Amino acid sequence: MTIYSEQEAKAILDKAIKASKADSCSATLSGSNAGNIRYALNGVSTSGVVSDCDLGVEVSFGKRTGTATINRFDDASITAVVRRAEELAKLAPENPEFMPDIDKQTYKASNTFNEKTAGITPEFRAKVAAACIEPCRKDKLVAAGYFEDSANFVATANSKGNFGYQKSCDMDFTCTVRTEDGKGSGWVARNLADVSAFDAKSDIQTAIDKAKGSVDAKALEPGKYTVIMEPAATAGLISFMMFGFDARSADEGRSFLSKKGGNKLGEKLFDERVTMYSDPWDANTAVLPWDQEGLARERTSIIDKGKVEYLRYSRYWAQKQGKKSVGQPGNLIMVGGDKSTMDLVKTTKKGVLVTRTWYIRMVDPQTVLLTGLTRDGTFYIEDGQIKYPIKNFRFNESPAIMLNNIEEMGKSVRVKGDESPFIMMVPPMKIRDFTFTSLSDAV
Amino acid sequence: MDRRDFLKMTGVGLGGLLLPTFAGRVIAAEELLSTLDVATKKKLADVALQAAKAAGAKYCDVRIGRYLRQFVITREDKVQNVVNTESTGVGIRVIANGTWGFAATSDMSNDAVAKAARQAVAIAKANSKVQIKPVELAPVKGVGEVSWKTPIVKNAMAVPIKEKVDLLLAANAAAVKAGANFANAMMFAVNEQKYFASTDGSYIDQDVHRIWTPMSATAIDKESGKFRSRDGLSTPCGMGYEYLDGKPQDRVELPCGAVVYGNSYNLIEDAQLAGKQAREKLTAPSVKPGKYDLVLDPSHMWLTIHESVGHPTELDRVLGYEANFAGTSFATLDKWKEHFQYGSDKVTIVADKTQPGSLGAVAYDDEGVKTGKWDIIKDGKLVNYQVIRDQAHILGLKASQGCCYADSWSSVQFQRMANISLQPGKDKLSPAEMVKGVENGIYIVGAGSFSIDQQRYNAQFGGQLFYEIKDGKVTGPIEDVAYQIRTPEFWNSCAAVCDQSDYRVGGSFFDGKGQPSQVSAVSHGSATARFNGVNVINTARSLG
Repeated sequence: MTIYSEQEAKAILDKAIKASKADSCSATLSGSNAGNIRYALNGVSTSGVVSDCDLGVEVSFGKRTGTATINRFDDASITAVVRRAEELAKLAPENPEFMPDIDKQTYKASNTFNEKTAGITPEFRAKVAAACIEPCRKDKLVAAGYFEDSANFVATANSKGNFGYQKSCDMDFTCTVRTEDGKGSGWVARNLADVSAFDAKSDIQTAIDKAKGSVDAKALEPGKYTVIMEPAATAGLISFMMFGFDARSADEGRSFLSKKGGNKLGEKLFDERVTMYSDPWDANTAVLPWDQEGLARERTSIIDKGKVEYLRYSRYWAQKQGKKSVGQPGNLIMVGGDKSTMDLVKTTKKGVLVTRTWYIRMVDPQTVLLTGLTRDGTFYIEDGQIKYPIKNFRFNESPAIMLNNIEEMGKSVRVKGDESPFIMMVPPMKIRDFTFTSLSDAV
Repeated sequence: MDRRDFLKMTGVGLGGLLLPTFAGRVIAAEELLSTLDVATKKKLADVALQAAKAAGAKYCDVRIGRYLRQFVITREDKVQNVVNTESTGVGIRVIANGTWGFAATSDMSNDAVAKAARQAVAIAKANSKVQIKPVELAPVKGVGEVSWKTPIVKNAMAVPIKEKVDLLLAANAAAVKAGANFANAMMFAVNEQKYFASTDGSYIDQDVHRIWTPMSATAIDKESGKFRSRDGLSTPCGMGYEYLDGKPQDRVELPCGAVVYGNSYNLIEDAQLAGKQAREKLTAPSVKPGKYDLVLDPSHMWLTIHESVGHPTELDRVLGYEANFAGTSFATLDKWKEHFQYGSDKVTIVADKTQPGSLGAVAYDDEGVKTGKWDIIKDGKLVNYQVIRDQAHILGLKASQGCCYADSWSSVQFQRMANISLQPGKDKLSPAEMVKGVENGIYIVGAGSFSIDQQRYNAQFGGQLFYEIKDGKVTGPIEDVAYQIRTPEFWNSCAAVCDQSDYRVGGSFFDGKGQPSQVSAVSHGSATARFNGVNVINTARSLG
């Protein structure tokens, strides 16, 4: 068990900071109990449990910094790791962008821990796999999926008296269902903090329906289409766009948010229905109330009615530009409406329903032009109804353009993109003139 | 390539993420030169093997791994980070009741290792309840006590930090002086000290070294707000610090004017050219979309080979084991049986785990199989895949091809890509002669944006430098180029491959696969190749 209590964690951190002879010292203790199960071809392939805990110590002499970590916490080991960090700091070159430790912060706890999720057992994971495999075996379908969960804690402290401690939990489930002949493929994903809201038996039906419904897909000509994007389909594009929200890159002239002499903070760049914010205390997507540097997070407006209200300032860049540096967002909440994905389909004369997007990569950072493909359930819509499955498309589209072409938005749901650092709330969206540039034969 | 690791690596332009977050404790530089005693490792391995057998395992392998990494990260005239990490521990894999089980521990005591071995057997027995078919393992003859080391000349870990920092800062300065507004240069050095033992009777000690020095230069036109970057043209490789010697004989000037490198690399010269070319890209004409004949330099080719041949011929993908994440493959077993025409008769592609200087070169893989070389595509026809011990019987093979790898002692080893390379043409042909025959073409140098579907049919690739070819002559640089392919059509459009004298190698440090995701490093060689009638799109957009 590597989940230390607040008192235990504080005692270890206090020893580390007290042992330091450097100008400043900060220390972070974090640990997790994580489990997973992986299955493919209707059978379990691997499963495991990993317990881990690390103490990281960063010390500074002037503008020289050294970092060392250790996974033993007796007094001698704690002293040894501090000494090692100090030796490294003395050898390190001076960093002209060195920033001193953060001052004492006030952290308002967020609800990131869930007893039920923390109590997930190997038997529960096996049942999740079985809930996916059994209906597929009976229906000439093939399931491949992955379920992982973790219970974590993190404690942080520094020589200026700052201290924070919090526990958290995660649970992530994905499953791909394919027809035995390989002609149909469907997918479902669920990312939750509270496992009691998770029902694998119910969720797998979504993937099963999409797999069966996507058999014998027809080819449509590439071009500009009205698309209904399920939340998972846009999560990757939106989180990719957020890399352009770095203030330094924008000020240096190498972001889509750059402009002559500065950046586009305060400008209206998106449809006025686009409102996005970050809130560590959000009931659906709570995250730690501090960021990786220990800065307290705040509820932060990122885009308000289409206007850019936030750029990410590192502590160094904020000081240089005379700005305030606040804790960087850990979640992204995009405000939506009340409708479901199928409600959006009903109001669509002609369009394409996209379940998921895949292998998204930057083509041109100047315009955030991204390429990627649709996957695991792409359908043609006519007169408000799903008419037939269609072959997958490659897209070349910029989220900065996509978020200006919104026709309608549905109710936001919690999603986590394949490669996104954020937990997100994203609505299904109806978007006009979405650019598909070629067809893919992939199922 | 795994995007998360790539983003961590290139954090300079993306706001923050400067410390590559590989598992491991941070250590002092001098510790990078130490090794674990082989006799001690053998004793520990025997503890695990005996404990596993006593607990009921029919087979057991033990990997005692010490993974050392050094990262030096700079931008312009600043050192942003110097990090040394070490991760040491023991991974134990067993077969019990016909089922795999795995457990790992960082505690190197006899008791902890024996306990982990018993835990692996217990997991195997528990998982056997849902197993349909027992594991069928291709035989491997034990080799006793052997060792192997990457044939490096200069251990990068032994080179003082100051020397590395001075080189990287000089590269940044050269790029800025030549026209870049911003430059960043990095150095990654890896040493995997891997000890493998198994109940087959093998005790294999290997010392594997790799190095990579990526750099990037960005030029900005403050009036128009336009910006362009040119990445360095080095390759990650299985060499020591001698890769950075920049020997004159390894410098290649291409008929398009670009300079590329063979077995050693001149970082300062490349950085200077990157700065100059980044600025030139700001004013280069935008490509007219349409069909072009493409002349692809090996510095670009490697990524196209990686995505459109390397991944679709991994047997675990073909069978469906990766269906939920990385995907499956269009190169199905029925296509293999009928010797599917994957490419033109100019296309022969080999897998080679022994290629000197390559990222994947080892003497034995991570399940104790002696490595080798074999054809994947022969004269355009699909003839083989990449397999490991528990897959060999599916193809009727009597032995594994040695493609098993784990990125850490704590990760389960599984099938990973071998070095996959396009063989040079048999007839004498230089890039200059190849260009002479092209009426309407584009010459592409360096790897850029890349994306491919989950069955590896539809791909899109960018590049670093693009040059228009008209009536057999290079007319000048162009911009906003990406080409889209359907894999079999693309490889069947291969009209020519230059000869052996033009053969060079590229590769990836961070190929991602699996859940939870693991990275591996792999090389891909080729000579310059020509592909006819490929669809090119224009990637320029306006945000209004």
